[in-house]
Formats: sequence, structure tokens, C-alpha cells
Amino acid sequence: MTPMQVIFIITAVATVLAAIMVVSRRNLVHAALFLVITLFGVAVNFILLDAPFLAVVQVLVYIGAIAILMIFAVMLTRNIQEDGAGEAFNKNVGMAGLVSFLVLSLLVVTLGGWSEFRALPPVANTSGAVEALGLALASADGYVLAFEVASMLLLGALVGAIFVAWPRKNENE
Amino acid sequence: MIPLSWYLLLAAALFAVGLFGVLARKNAIAILMGVELMLNAVNINLVAFWRYLDVQAIAGHAFAVMVFAVAAAEVAVGLALVISLYRRRQTVAADQIDLLKW
Repeated sequence: MTPMQVIFIITAVATVLAAIMVVSRRNLVHAALFLVITLFGVAVNFILLDAPFLAVVQVLVYIGAIAILMIFAVMLTRNIQEDGAGEAFNKNVGMAGLVSFLVLSLLVVTLGGWSEFRALPPVANTSGAVEALGLALASADGYVLAFEVASMLLLGALVGAIFVAWPRKNENE
Repeated sequence: MIPLSWYLLLAAALFAVGLFGVLARKNAIAILMGVELMLNAVNINLVAFWRYLDVQAIAGHAFAVMVFAVAAAEVAVGLALVISLYRRRQTVAADQIDLLKW
């Protein structure tokens, strides 16, 4: 076992355990904090995969924006009657556990049947990936169309979120 | 060196946990958290295949960045819907939100 493998195993166990806590905690503030731990674990995986730019974006966008937005939404939608007494799961919890276990088994069996599953070595040289990403996102041969569509999607989401969450004047009785 | 299979198994486990959260949770915000877990599992897969198959083909990175952007848009609109719904019906429990149910 190399040190990298030890780091990976610790991170993976922490990530999956925190993810299980995210889907099982009744208190949603705790679930959101465990979500932050899970997202940090994924960022560590990006570092281990030699993708430091994506790790930084993960911390900035997922932890800095999305997780904090989740915590704000939890605080804004606290239901006083159900707080503490409400159940975490709906009545389909058994079926949901069965379905997700079947999906996990299917993925593991499918991956296990792939011949290159264990033998594939990583590519040696990963330098210049961020530069290549920047060029690909701005070149017509690359992903400039997807880039523009993503920017339009973000603009639409911004306008839509403001429109949806804005209080209507005639409904404030 | 870490084998590719470890990353794929981690991503599969994370995806299954997120799927369970989406299917089983009662609170709409918790369902959105499950969606985030699934998107993160997909991102691990994309970056792992980029690292182990072809570093010059930057598609893994580009798609991961697109997933970041779409996740940000999704969570913004989703939480706006949840807040609007809470303001009108005083609940965020997914099984009480049945206005569209036939």
C-alpha cells in the first residue's frame, strides 16, 4: 500500500459515511453539514486524480455556493409543527433502499465484468490540462457552444429563481 | 498507484446513496441534497476516466465543468421553488405537495 492508497481509502470511507449521514439525518442542518464533508471528500479525490483546478472549483462552487444555499433554504423553510417530530423518510423507504441496492449491485457487477477494470494504468503526464481546458472551452472546434449554452442556462436560472421566489403582492393576506 | 476500479466503486457507492436519498427522503431540500450526491458521483467518474484513458482529450474536464454549472442552476431554481412553495402552503414535505396529482 502506497501513501496515496491509504489517503484514498480514508477519504473514500469518510465520503461514503458522510453521504449516508446526509440521506439519513432528520435534522436538515446536520445533513447539510455532512453534505459539506462529502463534497470535501470529492474535492480530495479530484486532487488525487491530478485535477487541482476542478478541486478548487468544487470547493468554490459546491461548498461555497451550493451547500451554503442549502443551509439558507433549510433555515428559511423551517416548519414549526414538524420540526423534530417529522419523519426523515416517506413510506417508500424500503422500496427505495431495495432499488438503490439493486443499482449499486448492477454497477458493481457490470464494472467487474469489464476486462480492463483492474489493469488500466494511469496516463503518465497530466501537465497542461488546465490550459487545454481553457482553450477547448473557447474554441469553435471544442466546447464553445456548450460554454455559451451553460452561460444562458445560468442566466435563465438566475431570472427564474428571482421570479419564482419573489413574493406576489396579492397573496400576502 | 490507485487503480481506476477504486474510483469507480466509490462513485457507484456515492450514486447509490444519493439515489436512496432522492427516493426515500420526505423533505424537498433533502431530495435536492441527494441529487447533488449523484452529480458528484458522476463527476468523479468523468475525471477518473479522463485521468486513466486519454489526458489530451479534455472532454472529461469540460463535462465536469458543465456539470458544475448545471448543478448550480438546478439548485438555485429548486430552492426558489421550495421557498415559494413554503410561502404558499407552509410545508416542504414532498408527499404533501400534490397539486399536480391527477
